[in-house]
Amino acid sequence: MNFDPSTFWEALFSWPFLRGALLTLGLTVAAHMAAILIAVPLAVVLNGPPSALRKLITAYVGFFRAVPTLLQLLFVWNALPQIFPIFREEWFTPFLAAWIALSLNESAYQVEINRAALSSVDGGQMAAGQAIGLKKSHIYRYILLPQALRVALPPTMNEFITLLKLTSLASIISLQELMTVTQINVARTFQFSEYYAVALTWYLVMVYSLMGLQKLVERRFRWASRTEAAALAESRRGRGW
Amino acid sequence: MISLRNVDKNYGSFHVLKDISLDVAQGEKVVVCGPSGSGKSTLIRCINHLEPHDRGEILLDGLTVGAARDVLAVRRTAGMVFQNFNLFPHLTVIENCTLAPKLAHGIPDREARRMAEEYLARVHILDQAWKYPIQLSGGQQQRVAIARALCMKPKVMLFDEPTSALDPEMVGEVLDVMGELAAEGMTMICVTHEMAFARRVADRVVFMDAGRIVEVAPPEQFFAAPQSERARAFLSQISH
Repeated sequence: MNFDPSTFWEALFSWPFLRGALLTLGLTVAAHMAAILIAVPLAVVLNGPPSALRKLITAYVGFFRAVPTLLQLLFVWNALPQIFPIFREEWFTPFLAAWIALSLNESAYQVEINRAALSSVDGGQMAAGQAIGLKKSHIYRYILLPQALRVALPPTMNEFITLLKLTSLASIISLQELMTVTQINVARTFQFSEYYAVALTWYLVMVYSLMGLQKLVERRFRWASRTEAAALAESRRGRGW
Repeated sequence: MISLRNVDKNYGSFHVLKDISLDVAQGEKVVVCGPSGSGKSTLIRCINHLEPHDRGEILLDGLTVGAARDVLAVRRTAGMVFQNFNLFPHLTVIENCTLAPKLAHGIPDREARRMAEEYLARVHILDQAWKYPIQLSGGQQQRVAIARALCMKPKVMLFDEPTSALDPEMVGEVLDVMGELAAEGMTMICVTHEMAFARRVADRVVFMDAGRIVEVAPPEQFFAAPQSERARAFLSQISH
């Protein structure tokens, strides 16, 4: 076997790979955050009565799901500056371009997740919120969205993981994320297995940390389980509500 | 306190309420009964504007039901209890009770809790205050729902078949709480098939059929000598 452990260990904690992994994670978090911020209000509108706005949102979702992510990345990085001169300036970095393209792309998928999660909340919840005299905005914020979040979390985590790996597409617009750094080192040394193992390790670390985080968050949703609600109630009572 | 004048409502082509007029005085207890599909639930859901009515006028404690500026005030004046309880499953019992007072009236947490504890004690469920709804029986959940509504200090309580989703052995505990509330002078409109409760608590019974009020009478009179053929047929079906 031709695997050099010292190359592997040295590269694993080297600054270019660390920086690449951080860029990958940072881009994913930033793009997913933006996507969720875009998607929640759109999902709320889709969950409401029919309107022209709803048709527009449906078209938006269809468009960004239909266009390949790679094409969106290339469009934002190459075509946008051609159309609008303002994007030709220094501030328009590959990171920014990737962030815009991935945010828009991801928001379309996230709208569908959030819409489904919202419509899974029992209709009686809205009625009960209205009947005790709450405003629509309060009903959404304190009653519907917290319950929808429980349903949306697992598919949202799926999306995050997919997005984490999709960021490697940004290597094509010269963003120095994890896969770009890997490719550069492989091209320079032909030590495929060592550097691929480094990339693999970092992807695994990121995804598994995230899965741990998801487990922690899901503990807050134990109110939905007949068998586990008591444990959550007790733990909250122990901490003085 | 409540006044309905020639109220009409359609669901598409289905005429669900036809020319409904009814006055309910302060402190009065009215039981609404009738066959399913007769419009009973729609009627009380129109009073707090959960369902908009199409024609006619509804006044609640001087507020015009349906006027955009009065919507929240109307709903804070009328508390409602649903067939399926509709507690907020992600909140504990006491949080269910404090949410609206805190958000709608800006009452501080500590005070809202104190008030909620008072009402939870009145519906005999204070010992479950820290639990989640899923941990409670149906009867317990419905009593929490009553306390949640009372926490907004409503002037009127609307009950939409509050015992229909309960196991038979839990009906009594909910009806007892409603009876206590009635004895304290609360104005109540209650859609129910519990005729013993109607006999005991109601000042008047409203009998509806096919979207119309067919008969309004004190319970003794309604149960002993119903005037309409439909009411006679209905009563013979439910009292076997």
